[in-house]
Amino acid sequence: MALGLEAGLGESVLTTRLDEIINWGRQYSLWPMVFGTACCAIEFMSAAASQHDISRFGAEVVRFSPRQADLMLVCGTISYKQAPILKRIYDQMPDPRWVVSMGACASSGGIYDNYCTVQGIHTVIPVDVYISGCPPRPEAVLDALMKIQEKIQTESVLVDRHKDFKGILD
Amino acid sequence: MTDSLTDKLKVLFPDIEPRTVLDCTVIDVDPGSVPQVMEQLKTYPDLGFSMLLDITAVDYLTYPQRPAARFCVVYTLRNWERNWLLQVRTPIPDPEWGVESVAHLWGAADWAEREVYDQYGINFRNHPDLRRILNHWQFEGHPLRKDYDIFKGQICYEADRLEDEIRARLASKGIDESTMQDINTEMMFLNLGPSHPATHGAIRIFTALDGETIMANVNEIGYLHRGFEKTAENRTYNQIIPLTDRLNYCSALMNNIGYVKAVESWLGLEITERAMFMRVILSEFFRVQDHLVCLAANLVDMGGLTNYWYLYNEKEASYDLIARLTGARLTSSFTRIGGMYRDFYEGWQEDMEQQLKAIEKGVNDSLKLVLQNRIVHDRTQGTCVLTPETALSYGYTGPNLRSTGVSFDLRKDSPYYNYEAFDFYVPVGSQGDIYDRMMVRFEEIFESIKIVRQAMKMIPEGPVFVDDHRVALPPKDQVYNKIEGLANHFKLIFEGVKTPAGEWYNSYEAANGELGFHFVSDGSGTPYKLKVRPPCFYAMGGFHEMIEGEMIADAVINLGSINIIGGELDR
Ligand code: SF4
Repeated sequence: MALGLEAGLGESVLTTRLDEIINWGRQYSLWPMVFGTACCAIEFMSAAASQHDISRFGAEVVRFSPRQADLMLVCGTISYKQAPILKRIYDQMPDPRWVVSMGACASSGGIYDNYCTVQGIHTVIPVDVYISGCPPRPEAVLDALMKIQEKIQTESVLVDRHKDFKGILD
Repeated sequence: MTDSLTDKLKVLFPDIEPRTVLDCTVIDVDPGSVPQVMEQLKTYPDLGFSMLLDITAVDYLTYPQRPAARFCVVYTLRNWERNWLLQVRTPIPDPEWGVESVAHLWGAADWAEREVYDQYGINFRNHPDLRRILNHWQFEGHPLRKDYDIFKGQICYEADRLEDEIRARLASKGIDESTMQDINTEMMFLNLGPSHPATHGAIRIFTALDGETIMANVNEIGYLHRGFEKTAENRTYNQIIPLTDRLNYCSALMNNIGYVKAVESWLGLEITERAMFMRVILSEFFRVQDHLVCLAANLVDMGGLTNYWYLYNEKEASYDLIARLTGARLTSSFTRIGGMYRDFYEGWQEDMEQQLKAIEKGVNDSLKLVLQNRIVHDRTQGTCVLTPETALSYGYTGPNLRSTGVSFDLRKDSPYYNYEAFDFYVPVGSQGDIYDRMMVRFEEIFESIKIVRQAMKMIPEGPVFVDDHRVALPPKDQVYNKIEGLANHFKLIFEGVKTPAGEWYNSYEAANGELGFHFVSDGSGTPYKLKVRPPCFYAMGGFHEMIEGEMIADAVINLGSINIIGGELDR
């Protein structure tokens, strides 16, 4: 995630000012990659449609290519069959990337505590924000988006995120 | 009607004794004669069971009155012209030997048998391609067997390759390496999904292309397999209602109704008039919702984003009404066995009427963009044609089947909830192409609105729950003040609604087609087995027949036009 500046500059005045401007840019131009698998994806559709209008938060440029996205929204149940695909898509996203786990299923398996459902995607990829609900309302999606924005504010280009994460598929 | 079927069966198969369970005829056949009996059922003009609705199995390992053979395979067949429903049961003493496949008779059997093999480990001899379908290829064991632990998950490390399957499909169409050399072309394999915007969920479409033309196609599903059936075996009947929400989540309430209707049919419960009307109104309202989403998404795939706003905004606005009524936007869980969770709220008629008007306006606006639109016509007319024979053979139902000209609709042909009293017609197509599938849905929206309006005029006052202590929770003052009331409440909550032991099938015309439920009850408050007959699963099973020979871009809009919903497809 670092921009290759740290070697020359270290934690100087320049990089803190740089953090500020880069974070400002990142916050308001999140490009989501919607990993929609189930019912929660329908509520994401509502969050994107006119009434809730996700573009008010600068996140309407939905990318279906992970290579162009920096925010992964996992909307729906992840089965063991789906997990390797989730991981692969996550790996294809360039750093820095953030992950929102939308709904009970993605966060914990939800009502599907059984042989085929992954009991929370944090076992596969690192998660930044969880949304509760089955399905969460569109407002909750917007709330999560704002939480990610807050999180971005506190980050620094000098620090790599989730470097040491190890999931069940690693 | 059923009598004459019984008579015909008796004449043709003298040593088989047909039984009648609800409106379904059931026959028992030994595994050795399955191929011959099934062939006669399909090909004898007197019988003509052109549709194989579903195949499932039962594992009697822990069943109280356990029969000699541990497994039993059940085929559900339909003759839509005469409204005959037939179940053929065959005991399976040795799952490894299994039973002869019927995939050469009905296209639907291909996937149905794979599912039974996957879930129960029953072999189907001479099946063209018997491998897992819902669970991943690294999975070991068969989850719906009673001795498989529900919590035993198995990690999948890698997606399946599918290369052998596509080569086999190419070979079956007479295209092998040498033809490719002859025509001086190289086949390109293209994979769409499972995470791809065009798949509207998680389906994997694997194609072999010559230029942009699809020469062969195989599809992989199961990415959203959430173990509905196994989970249901561990829930009481009422606890399953929230699970049914998540089958077809674009019209959750319809699944709720279909499910409780199936349970009530076995209990012999007559729900109240008002509850019946409520169910009709809500069914039709949700049919509209379902079609709105399908059409909106389908038109977006075609590049018509404006349609999305016209159609989806109306769906969004309808959520206000639905949330006011059920408390939830998407997952309503609004029915109970014996009636409805609660009555309509005050002033619902005005809200409903306003909403219907808005929907009509949105749909008409969208139609203005579509009806005379040359681009839409060129892209959809004559593409991905489905013939009535293929549709029936693969078990297509609902709007997809009707678009081919087969006017089969359970609301007309096997009416429930007084559907015969409503004035509506069933739109049918003539070509079975994408255009017809879209237009049938557009028309059905108007017909459903018509039904809602009629039902709103006719709905009587009265209770929405039956007064029957077998299913209805007692009023609160009895629970708090009387021991009988308390005991009754306690039993219904903890043990669930008890159903008599037995097996039955009941179906319902959902937005996507025939949504059936096959139950096995051991007399307790929890189903011993519950199998869903999902319309999507069979629609997807015949997908390759529609897109082979067409362009890759057509495959994308075709997928949208048959309205595949992952929750119902993979359960
Ligand atoms: S959390 Fe609920 S609504 Fe979301 S995918 Fe899971 S079951 Fe569906």
